[in-house]
Amino acid sequence: MELHYMSAGEMRRMMEDREISAGEICRAFLDRIEKLDKKTGAFITVTGELALNQAGAVDKLIASGEKIPPLAGIPVAVKDNLCTEGIRTTCASKMLRNFIPPYSATVIERIVGRGMVMVGKTNMDEFAMGSSTENSGLFPVSNPWDTDLVPGGSSGGSAVAVATGQAVTALGSDTGGSIRQPASLCGVVGMKPTYGLVSRYGLVAYASSLDQVGPLARNVADCAEMLKAIAGHDHRDSTSAPGERDDYSVFLNRDIKGLKIGVPREYMGEGIDPGVRSVIEGALKVLDSLGAEIEETSLPHSRYAVPAYYLIATAEASSNLARYDGVSYGYRADDAEDVVDMYMKSRSRGFGAEVKRRIMLGTYALSAGYYDAYYLKALKVRTLIKQDFDRAFEKYDVLVSPTSPSTAFRKGEKVDDPLQMYLSDITTISVNLAGIPGISVPAGFSGGLPVGMQIMGRPFGEGTLLRVAHAFEMSTDHHVKMPEI
Amino acid sequence: MVRYETVIGLEVHVELKTETKIFCPSSTVFGGGPNTHVCPVCLGLPGVLPVMNKKVLEYAVRVSLALNCKIAEYSKFDRKNYYYPDLPKNYQISQYDLPLAEHGHLDIHVDGRVKRVGITRVHMEEDAGKLVHQGTIATTPYSLVDYNRTGVPLVEIVSDPELRSPEEARAYLEKLLAIIQYTGVSDCKMEEGSLRCDANVSVRPEGGAELGTKTEIKNMNSFKALQRALRYEAERQIRVLEEGGRIVQETRTWDEARGVTLSMRSKEQAHDYRYLPDPDLAPMVIHKSWVDEIKASLPELPDRRRDRYIRDLGISGYDASVITSTREMADYFEECLASHPNAKAVANWIMGDLSRLLNAENMEISRCRISPPQLAAMLRLIDGGTISGKIAKVVFEEMFSSGKDPEVIVREKGLVQITDEGAISAAVERALAENPKVVQDFRDGKDKALGFLVGQVMRLTRGKANPEMVNRLIRDRIKSEDEG
Repeated sequence: MELHYMSAGEMRRMMEDREISAGEICRAFLDRIEKLDKKTGAFITVTGELALNQAGAVDKLIASGEKIPPLAGIPVAVKDNLCTEGIRTTCASKMLRNFIPPYSATVIERIVGRGMVMVGKTNMDEFAMGSSTENSGLFPVSNPWDTDLVPGGSSGGSAVAVATGQAVTALGSDTGGSIRQPASLCGVVGMKPTYGLVSRYGLVAYASSLDQVGPLARNVADCAEMLKAIAGHDHRDSTSAPGERDDYSVFLNRDIKGLKIGVPREYMGEGIDPGVRSVIEGALKVLDSLGAEIEETSLPHSRYAVPAYYLIATAEASSNLARYDGVSYGYRADDAEDVVDMYMKSRSRGFGAEVKRRIMLGTYALSAGYYDAYYLKALKVRTLIKQDFDRAFEKYDVLVSPTSPSTAFRKGEKVDDPLQMYLSDITTISVNLAGIPGISVPAGFSGGLPVGMQIMGRPFGEGTLLRVAHAFEMSTDHHVKMPEI
Repeated sequence: MVRYETVIGLEVHVELKTETKIFCPSSTVFGGGPNTHVCPVCLGLPGVLPVMNKKVLEYAVRVSLALNCKIAEYSKFDRKNYYYPDLPKNYQISQYDLPLAEHGHLDIHVDGRVKRVGITRVHMEEDAGKLVHQGTIATTPYSLVDYNRTGVPLVEIVSDPELRSPEEARAYLEKLLAIIQYTGVSDCKMEEGSLRCDANVSVRPEGGAELGTKTEIKNMNSFKALQRALRYEAERQIRVLEEGGRIVQETRTWDEARGVTLSMRSKEQAHDYRYLPDPDLAPMVIHKSWVDEIKASLPELPDRRRDRYIRDLGISGYDASVITSTREMADYFEECLASHPNAKAVANWIMGDLSRLLNAENMEISRCRISPPQLAAMLRLIDGGTISGKIAKVVFEEMFSSGKDPEVIVREKGLVQITDEGAISAAVERALAENPKVVQDFRDGKDKALGFLVGQVMRLTRGKANPEMVNRLIRDRIKSEDEG
């Protein structure tokens, strides 16, 4: 097998057996990026020198006979909304095109501290707002299965980097489906952990009560290993859950006999592409054959999830993004008359259309006289959605659905129809509103394009999700197929 | 003619003197080079998150309890959204609908009566930075921003609209400042901006039930400014009404130099702060047992102390009020009493000579070079007859400037009181001989003449003669002459 499609586990064995060095792996991936970057648009910044230094440090450790951490020497790509000290962090926005953070996100400290080799910062929808990565304020990203199609978003660059072997694993962020949906559209594994499992410190906020950092990988075992690396309490994040985290790798290789799986009918009916539905039905048959007990169930408030999301997320965003004003960092219009003019010109030019749309939506939702009707109502809906899940999990261990209602769509197809674009997150958004974990695993193909299956679980039930995902992966070979690019 | 009543409510911001800021580990020390007490969190850089400093909560609970407030069991932070260059996130983390504490009160003494003023609420928030203009804000070509103050913890204390005059407002602010100082959680220095006051002012026909349209007055940087601004604003509003006009709800700024309030922005231009619960901070659940612990640790507050001084020490209400107006002064007073239990004498010296000298040097009593035991020692020297009250004033000034013990000063300067009758008699002889006319005046019943003669004797003894002995000896001497 080609090096760039090997799993982290295989690479680790080869490094330990001195068949290859971390430096050689790193150079191979940098060559791969060099070859594919133009075509895919996955990276905003390639950090070759840093990567080689980090790989060199791992090789020294190996040479000294020390045992290396599980992911040491593994090339990783990082979404460009995670702050990296000394390395520009743009959020794919003109606003932050030249912003170099003086500090690193907790998750960056954690992966670097475990010897991972960061090869670059990946492209995304500007400030993580979008479902196609077409909202990147810098340049577009192509789906490796068909470059006329979108890769999904907002973590499109991370998904493409992993799908094309420009990185072994990647970090993304998921506010309404931004890890799972591109993972689905690009044919890789992507997980949104329970809210509070992974620190948000250093993740540039879009919607604080929904944002969560998570891993993308080409197989479930690598995903589990990545989750283990990034999960943990962080005293710098007040919303970080206290206590120890599970050892996620122990949940792999367990059978799923007798496991109760619910399939919400709202996620399999209207609006779901028939090709996608039939792939998921096939996947459910596999799970059934593995001994799981599958039943249809209902999440009755699902239809309100998208509107509630677009009130809560945009309200928080309107406040979170207020800091980009041109005063002390970021883009500043140089032809301003006074301070108000500076705000208006800097923000009008620094932000793209979708970001401005969401800031306006959120500002409106919070305005005097509208708060109760919109924002407060949305919070109540959020509670109802969470209660739907609580009830479902009294009966089922996990819930299963398509990750996305369709396979990858054409570039430009939904750009002028934001509502249509918003509906591409219809099956993922509720998971963020409820704060529960969700994973997308390759479940098959429809029209030659990958389809992802979403598995949703109880809060902090990542282990069970990985167990089901791994059992499914062991019985299928969808994840082995890679795009020809 | 309609008589008007002024209605005032105050909003007071107080900086809490924790070591670190409210949501990050940066220092709160005042001063320092621009932008030296900052970190990514208080600079509001992309991706940072606030983490509540528990000490701030403790201090805010302390203040609230001292103001007789009810502490919320459940409280949360909200974001107040507005754009200003001194606010790096363009929202301030504050508290909106679930403040830390409500329903408190404090008592003020005005015109010899006690008035209870309600406290609507106490809440916590972060301070903003400071803009440095080149000249005035209106003409500056650019402004610099210093974020050292950004994120310094504040409590905002809002009074009910129950103050009825600028004098009551001032008394309220003075009392509030005293109480907070007693709790030890703030320096309350108006000149350093660690205590800032805004006022809501309206007027209405006396005895009216409904409140008039209010204006909000900002930029009052001293007690005097507060009183002047409120007086001006109340008179302005009455004038507008009497001329048949209407009060516009607006924010006005006090122009200290011109002695007027000026319109800043009207209600139509007012901010819509678009409050929302801060999703980065978990709500606070405040346990009663913890609140009780803090309550138990509160010091004796000014009113209790004042009453105790009047009751147990027998000093006047006025003296007790002055002495207890700051905790430092009251503590100093009590430390003096520990070694010299004459409360009236100690109070007189603190309120008289000591206050005068401190004011002249603009010094706080905590930095005074005369220690309480030294003041007590000086009083003992007076009581023991070693020095006269008059000499004591000289000794006291020397103590104030040098910090030396009174006994040392008396010895070094030879200021021991002359109580030797022979020595005083000699001076009396000389004074009488030099002033026969005055002696005659005394004989003619002019009491003033005695004072002059005593003064002469004191001059001859360089103030050291025991005044009572001088008095007695002059009378005895003239009397014996008359009889002889």
